[in-house]
Amino acid sequence: MKKKETVISKEFGLKLLSDMHRSRKFEEQVQKYFSLGMIHGTTHLGIGEEATAAGTVAGLEERDEIITTHRGHSQIVCKGVDVNLMMAEIFAKETGVCKGRGGSMHICDQAKGVWSGNGILGSAPPIACGIALTRKKKGEDKVTAVFFGDGSSNEGGCHEAMNLAAAWNLPVMFVCINNTYGMSTHISKVMKNTNISDRAAGYGMKAIDVDGNDVLAVYEAVKEARKYIGEGNGPVLVVEHSYRISGHSKSDGNLYRTKEEIAAWREKCPIKNFKAYLLENGIATEEELAQVEADATKALDDAVQFAIDSPYPSLDTVLDDVYAD
Amino acid sequence: MGKIEMTYKEAIREALAEEMERDENVYMLGEDIGIYKGAFGVSGDLYDRFGPERIMETPISETGFMGAAIGSAMTGMRPIAEIMFSDFLCVCYDMLVNQAPKLRYMLGGNHSVPMVMRTASGGGTGAAAQHSQSLEALLCHTPGLKVVIPSTPEDAKGLLKSSIRDNNPVMFLEQKLLYNTKGLVPEGEYTIPLGVADIKKEGSDCTIVTYGRMVHFCLGAAEKLAAEGINVEVIDLRTLYPMDKPCIIESVKKTKHCIIVHEAVKTGGLGGEIAATITESEAFNYLDAPIIRLASEDVPVPFCPILEKGVLPDEDKIIAAVKKTLA
Repeated sequence: MKKKETVISKEFGLKLLSDMHRSRKFEEQVQKYFSLGMIHGTTHLGIGEEATAAGTVAGLEERDEIITTHRGHSQIVCKGVDVNLMMAEIFAKETGVCKGRGGSMHICDQAKGVWSGNGILGSAPPIACGIALTRKKKGEDKVTAVFFGDGSSNEGGCHEAMNLAAAWNLPVMFVCINNTYGMSTHISKVMKNTNISDRAAGYGMKAIDVDGNDVLAVYEAVKEARKYIGEGNGPVLVVEHSYRISGHSKSDGNLYRTKEEIAAWREKCPIKNFKAYLLENGIATEEELAQVEADATKALDDAVQFAIDSPYPSLDTVLDDVYAD
Repeated sequence: MGKIEMTYKEAIREALAEEMERDENVYMLGEDIGIYKGAFGVSGDLYDRFGPERIMETPISETGFMGAAIGSAMTGMRPIAEIMFSDFLCVCYDMLVNQAPKLRYMLGGNHSVPMVMRTASGGGTGAAAQHSQSLEALLCHTPGLKVVIPSTPEDAKGLLKSSIRDNNPVMFLEQKLLYNTKGLVPEGEYTIPLGVADIKKEGSDCTIVTYGRMVHFCLGAAEKLAAEGINVEVIDLRTLYPMDKPCIIESVKKTKHCIIVHEAVKTGGLGGEIAATITESEAFNYLDAPIIRLASEDVPVPFCPILEKGVLPDEDKIIAAVKKTLA
């Protein structure tokens, strides 16, 4: 990680590190309890992509809103949603954020500006346009950041949303996490031009490319995009280039990539590199870094215990909430 | 309260205007609903009255603007999205099936999606198989949606106002061949609750369960049958989901005979659902004859008017079916 022009405070540096550690620990706990058979269904982990989540959320204003993908745990953790309630949801418990009705892909928390994940690729961007439309109509200074992957960038809904947001000058930030694989399919197999940010020009939209494993670079790019959108200039596409160390989901046998490729990206671990940056620049001490990690470990251990201790929903409630009164 | 005559289309427009006056969060979005006044002219003068911020002209991008309607509904607005032809619902089926009806439940009841999706449904216009379908069965198969299909101007206005005020996604299937038909509409404020059928004609010999444009075919048949001394009861369901099952069951217990008439194709159509509702209920024990379904043949809607008319139920087929069940 290069030394940044920007001088960051210890507090901010440790906050970013904490968000990345909590994101990583969250995924590791889900992975562990899934393999133990204590979490059912499916999960999509984003180990290796933590800088995209922490940097993006840090670059937004606290009042801004997000809508995420099927791989959204980290983004939601960084947005400050209670990890106990998130974990309880993934354990399918009544205390979960969605009372055990949604699971891993549908975590939401209106108070934190998290309008849920979405399990259908390319469908979150049009919905994000609607959230942003409400904010624009009400005159509220809030940006809606919608996350999607390189794979989803080929979905019609994604293109329709970009066109609509640009045409209506909506305060939407399109955040593409380009981890180069749509499930198992490398972008070079399915896109003639793999430079996703080129697409923005077609919609009259500004685009920014950034190293998605460099948390400060992501933060600065998103902050710049946030400022541009907040000034009423319309949407921005931010493409954050990163890599998913973990498999796509439980069915992933890693047949589509080599061990060497994965190992090379492990070397680019955003957490490891940011810790080195904090030390080399005298922003924090070894002890402080260790404390941040220990705190994250404890928080996620507690979250798992909370989830395990929580009750399952009663079958008597299964028909509740299909319709609103 | 007095009544005034107006067309089905004008009644819809009145409901839209009154609800936009009543609630500043209500707005419309859709293709060519502004200056063009809507493909079927439903918007009329709404663009002039409410302006481009509330009558929002969208790109030809059903997934895009339906998604936007959902997002804005989740955050406190009450959008009314117009899908020009009901066939185009298939272009944004994800939004109709995976998104709008699922979000509330999947998110643990933390959100609601109060929106109306208005669309022009049904055939008879010579527009062939991609502009003529009746897709209500697909929609009723989706928990989380409500499905409304009015047959008269009075019902259209009252049901649309209720739909706009409902806190759920409501699919409002307008009958394109009824847009210019006239009827009496109460003056002043009124609503009609969703989920309540209307007995359009009382009778004692045979129940006809129907909805939408077919209500008028059934009423025409009922008049001719009455001249022959056969007194049928015509139930207009008005809301297909939730369906007014008690109304159907009580009527069948009374008449002991039932035919079901709809414009949609027969296989997988709502006729099967209605018949099953009867056979699963106490009304089954009252039936003196098998239930008969009259529906479109299982065919894409043909272009040629002779063919198109030929595959649909009509008064003669309804009369024959009633006589058969009573024989």
